[in-house]
Amino acid sequence: MVRCMAYDLLKEKFPEAVRGVEEFRGETTVTVDKGQLRAVLKFLKESETLLYDLLVDLAGVDFGSGSPRFLVAYLLHSTKFNNRLRIKIRVAEGAALDTVSDIWKAADWLEREVYDMFGIRFSDHPDLRRILLTDDFVGHPLRKDFPLKGVDFDKPFPVCLEEEKGNQIDA
Amino acid sequence: MPEKRLMTINMGPQHPATHGVLRLLLELDGEIIVKAVPHIGYLHRGIEKLAESMTYPQALTLTDRLDYTSGLSNNLAYCLTVEKLLDIKIPQRAQYLRVLLAELQRIAAHLLWVATHALDLGAMTVLFYAFRDRETILETMELVTGARLTPSFIRIGGLAADIPDTFLPRVKAFVEEFPQRVDEYETLLTENIIWKKRTQNISPMSGEECINYGVTGPVLRASGVYYDVRKAYPYSSYEDFDFEIPLGKNGDVYDRYLVRLKEMRQSNRIVKQAAERLPDGPVAASDAPLVVPPAKEEVGRDIAALIRHFKIMEEGFKPPRGEVYSSIESSKGELGFYLVSDGANKPFRLRIRPPSFVNLGALPKMIEGQMVADVVAAIGSIDIVLGEIDR
Repeated sequence: MVRCMAYDLLKEKFPEAVRGVEEFRGETTVTVDKGQLRAVLKFLKESETLLYDLLVDLAGVDFGSGSPRFLVAYLLHSTKFNNRLRIKIRVAEGAALDTVSDIWKAADWLEREVYDMFGIRFSDHPDLRRILLTDDFVGHPLRKDFPLKGVDFDKPFPVCLEEEKGNQIDA
Repeated sequence: MPEKRLMTINMGPQHPATHGVLRLLLELDGEIIVKAVPHIGYLHRGIEKLAESMTYPQALTLTDRLDYTSGLSNNLAYCLTVEKLLDIKIPQRAQYLRVLLAELQRIAAHLLWVATHALDLGAMTVLFYAFRDRETILETMELVTGARLTPSFIRIGGLAADIPDTFLPRVKAFVEEFPQRVDEYETLLTENIIWKKRTQNISPMSGEECINYGVTGPVLRASGVYYDVRKAYPYSSYEDFDFEIPLGKNGDVYDRYLVRLKEMRQSNRIVKQAAERLPDGPVAASDAPLVVPPAKEEVGRDIAALIRHFKIMEEGFKPPRGEVYSSIESSKGELGFYLVSDGANKPFRLRIRPPSFVNLGALPKMIEGQMVADVVAAIGSIDIVLGEIDR
């Protein structure tokens, strides 16, 4: 079976990087060590027998407590062999992941979103800016310690009346 | 040699051809685009964060507001994900009805697309024809779901209710009529010389480029790549239906148009088969009493059913720990939900994989080096919905 093949090949090629494999509801998830992330993903994409050429999704998860705090999941699909594989990487707070945006262009925006929402940095990303929120936004909203209402929800909106500015208003 | 000067212009966020609130910063050398930088997020409502504070049945209503042109498809994708986590079986009648509704919704979404895209490029007439038929679909769906835009009709475990008797005759009448209607749009556009000049060889993408950019849906298939979630990972009994996946060759705006028109014909075929072969039976899972609320009559008769109903509505249910990903082929591409559960009655993390977001990421690649007048054609051809991109 192909899904076992991906794990077996990874285990053979990167014996110290592969941390484990899970299967749940027919989905295979391989946990990989952070340091070898790029090598593993490049291998999965380029290996003739696997060809995971489509990066479907890249998702961050915050576990709030626990160490390492974050998880980043890469979902791959092979258009040739028609199967999916998920690669999971645990990231500690403040640590950076290597970018894969040069392997898949799709990762460019997906990594920016993970950075925006979780504050996980991707080193060597060509353009790591916030993507959905404004540049002056403080905090990363999908973190578990970010309040649902937002940080400034109950503060009054700054209003400056024309009189306070000292301007004359015509009647 | 005079110094080469670039001009930066701002397009949007309130530009009618950006289909919502997309803002583009374009750097121009004369009429050629040197660099394009999309700015998104104007419609960000924090749906992924909100979902973490809602029970599983409540979070369903958020999905209506993703791609607001195809609410039922979003409902379906979310429900399939939660059902995968719960591991419950959906009765066949519900599965067929889901397919029927999702395909009607796809036709409606594609009609909206062809109408607005043609309007963007100056062909106004198409709008009136396409909206006439979209109206028929929306009215038919209103008959079942009670809503035109935000149905929340496909529920975890099945459907909210069975269809009324008047529904199937209307669907069958529509299905008979619709292929001729598509012919009508084709007479307006397919061989139209102005349409061809504005769309052929505009913003082409090769199959490899599309895959590299993660592009899915009609845009990917217009480049000749055979990838459709309905065939690759069939869900909700799609394997029972006979339909083809239309492919394009050149991957330009024109091919994307052709693929979508052909897709409407195929969706029509699926709707027809589903309506003809619709089996009898319940429309909600009967083996999941903690997930599916009891029927209304039962609630009025039986105190235990009343309590169960109240518990499901108030507290929801607690799926097992674990993580699942499930996706459907929405009208825009692969719409996926990645759900992480910690065993509580609320999603621990609900990641939405929006097709429009990833597809829009390829826009700079599509338009850089092209003429500024073709930007509108390129944006239209991706078929973006900002509700889904910004979430």
